[in-house]
Amino acid sequence: MSEEAEQKTIKPNNSKVIKKLVLVVFAMFGFGFALVPLYDVFCDITGLNGKTNDVAVVYADDGIDTSRTVKVQFITRMAKGIPWQFEPVVNEISVHPGEMKFVDFYAKNLSQHDIVGQAVPSVSPGLAAGYFQKIECFCFTQQPLKSGEEVKMGLQFYVDLEIPKEINTLTLSYTLYDISGKENS
Amino acid sequence: MTTNTLNESLDDAHNDDHHDHKMTGIKRWLYTTNHKDIGTLYLWFSFIMLLTGGALAMVIRAELFQPGLQIVEPDFFNQLTTVHGLIMVFGAIMPAFTGFANWMLPMMIGAPDMALPRMNNWSFWILPFAFAILLGSFFMESGAPNFGWTFYAPLSTTYSNGSTAFFVFAVHIMGVSSIMGAINIVVTIMNLRAPGMTYMKMPLFVWTFFITAYLLIAVMPVLAGVVTMLLTDTYFGTSFFDAAGGGDPVMFQHIFWFFGHPEVYIMILPAFGIVSTIIPAFARKKLFGYSSMVYATASIALLSFIVWAHHMFTTGMPLFGELFFMYCTMLIAVPTGVKVFNWVATMWRGSMTFEIPMLFSIAFVILFTIGGFSGLMLALTPVDFQYHDTYFVVAHFHYVLVTGSLFSIYAGAYYWLPKWTGHMYSDALSKWHFWCSLISVNLLFFPMHFLGLAGMPRRIPDYALQFADFNKWVSIGGFAFGLSQLIFLAVVIKCIRGGEKAPAKPWDGAEGLEWTVASPAPYHTFSTPPHIEDIKGQ
Repeated sequence: MSEEAEQKTIKPNNSKVIKKLVLVVFAMFGFGFALVPLYDVFCDITGLNGKTNDVAVVYADDGIDTSRTVKVQFITRMAKGIPWQFEPVVNEISVHPGEMKFVDFYAKNLSQHDIVGQAVPSVSPGLAAGYFQKIECFCFTQQPLKSGEEVKMGLQFYVDLEIPKEINTLTLSYTLYDISGKENS
Repeated sequence: MTTNTLNESLDDAHNDDHHDHKMTGIKRWLYTTNHKDIGTLYLWFSFIMLLTGGALAMVIRAELFQPGLQIVEPDFFNQLTTVHGLIMVFGAIMPAFTGFANWMLPMMIGAPDMALPRMNNWSFWILPFAFAILLGSFFMESGAPNFGWTFYAPLSTTYSNGSTAFFVFAVHIMGVSSIMGAINIVVTIMNLRAPGMTYMKMPLFVWTFFITAYLLIAVMPVLAGVVTMLLTDTYFGTSFFDAAGGGDPVMFQHIFWFFGHPEVYIMILPAFGIVSTIIPAFARKKLFGYSSMVYATASIALLSFIVWAHHMFTTGMPLFGELFFMYCTMLIAVPTGVKVFNWVATMWRGSMTFEIPMLFSIAFVILFTIGGFSGLMLALTPVDFQYHDTYFVVAHFHYVLVTGSLFSIYAGAYYWLPKWTGHMYSDALSKWHFWCSLISVNLLFFPMHFLGLAGMPRRIPDYALQFADFNKWVSIGGFAFGLSQLIFLAVVIKCIRGGEKAPAKPWDGAEGLEWTVASPAPYHTFSTPPHIEDIKGQ
C-alpha cells in the first residue's frame, strides 16, 4: 500500500492545530471586551478622552501660583430628549493654579413629570483633564427633579499646580442625560 | 494513528460521492464536502452579492446624478450606502477569496481536499442566511441599517432605526463563517502539503491566504465582540458606548478599527497572491524576489495591528497619538512598495503576452498603486482633517477595493476558468469586459478625488451645485461599470456551456501543481500526494 505509506508522511495532527486556533478565537473575543477596561485605564493615565475624576478629591493645600492665570469656561448641553433647562450661572472665570473656586449651575425640570438627570463632565483639551480637580460636584450624584422644580447645583474645584504652561484655557462641558428608570438605588 | 483517522474521516465524508458518484440536483450542493463544489458555491454566491451590492450602488449613483432629491429619501439613501458597503465587503470580496482558497489551495499544495470538509460545507451554507437577514431588513417596517457600514455608536445604538439586532446577528453569522473558513485554511496549509513542499516552497498565493487566515482568526472575534456590545447597549441597558452610563462613544471607534484596519488587508493580501501568480506566468519569468514577497506580506499583516487610529485623526487625539499612527501608517508603504517593485521587476525584460488575466493584473498594479498613493495622502494627519469624510476617501477605498481586490478576482477567475470548466472562454467577449470595465471604473472613481478635495462630503444624498458636472460623469461611469459586469456573467455562462477544449495547461508560462491535472479538474485530485521534486523541473 504505497498510497498509505505516502499519506503517513503528511502526519496531520489536525485536532491539535484546531484546538490552538479555537483558543485564539476565544482569546481575541475576550480581548475585544478587555479593551473596555484597558481603554479606561489608558485614558485615566493619559487623560486622552477628557474624562475628569469621578470621585471627590481632597483639596491639596500646596499654595497658590499667583504668577499664572488659567481661564476656565463652562458649557452645558442637553442630551436628546431631556426637557430641562440647564446652564452655568457664570460662563467663565479666571483662576490661579492651586486656588479653590466655587461655581453654581442652574437646572430646572420643564416637563410635566419627574425626571432623574445625570450630568457627565468632559474637559477640553483632553490633556488638561488630569489637572482639573473636583472637590465637590453635582455630577458625582444623580439629580432627581420633580416637574417644574428648579435647583442650584454647586461645583467646587481647583486647577492643579502642575498644569502644563501651554494650557491657558480649559473648557468644562457638562452633558445632561435623562436616566429615569435606569438610576442605581 | 491520526493519519488513519483523518483518512477515514475524509473517506467517510466523501462516502457517497466516491468514484464520482455525485448526488444529483440541489442535494449535491447542500451536502457537498468537496472543496471544488464549495469553491464554486462561494464564487457564485459572491458574484450574486456583487450584483446585489452593485444594484444598490446604481440607485445611489442615480440619486447623485443631479443635485437635489429626486429618487430616494435621505434615510433610505443612508440605508443604501450602509448595505452597499456591508454587502461588498462581507458578501462579495471576502467570499470570493474564500472561493479561490477552496478551489485552488488543495490543488496547489497537492492535497486531496481541505482538511475539514464538513466544516467547510457548514461555513458556506450559513452565509446565505446572514445576508438574507441583512437584506430582509429592507422589507421591514424599520428599514435596513442606516448608520454606515462602520456602524458608529451612538448612530447604531441610541439613534438606530430598530435594525440593529438584525444587523448584529447577520454580522455574527458572517463572522462565524469567516472564522471557520480561516481555521480550515490554516489547518489545510499546515498539515496537508505534499511531501517536499516546505513553507518557503509554497506558491505565494498559498502564503497570502495563510497570512490572511491568521488575520481573520485574530480580528473577526473582535468584530463579534464589538457588535455584541452594540447589541447589549441597544437592548439590554449596558453602557459600553453610552456616556450617560459612564461609557465612551470614541471607544467604539477604537475597538471597531482595531478590527477594521486588519480587515482591509484581509481584502487585499489574497489579491497580492493572485497577481503574484499571474504576472510570472505571462511574463514567462520566475517571480522576482519570492522571499521578500513573503516577508513583505507578513510585515504588512503585523503592521496592520498598530495603525487603526489613522481612521480617527479628527476625534481629538493628542498630538503624540496622531504622530505615532501617522508614521506607522506610512511605514506600511515600504513593504507595499517592495511588492509593487517586485511585480514590475518580474515583468521587466520578460516575454510578455497580454491575455485577459494579465491585462487585469497589470491594471491592478497601476490602479492599486494610485489607491495606495491616495492612502498615503490620507495618512498625513494635517491634511487628513481636510480629506476626512469627503469623496476623496470614497475614491481612495474604491481604488484599492474595486480596481485592487475586484480586478484581482477577475484576473484570477480568467486565469483559472479553463481549469474550472474545461473550456476556453470567449476572447472577444472577455476583452470587451476588460476594456469597458477599465474605462468606466476610472470615469467612475477618478473624478471623486477632485470632488473630495473640493469638499464634497460622503454619505449625503444631495450636494452643492458646483459639484453637479463631476457627479454626472461619475454616475455615467457608474452605470457603465455596472453594466460591464454583466458581460462577465455572459463570459462565464458561455464558458461553462461549451467552447474550445482547454488543455491541462492553457498558459504556457504557468507554474504550479494545479496545471498537472486535467482540465476540467477531476472531482478528486491528488488522492496520492505528488512529488514536489518531480514537478519543479517542468
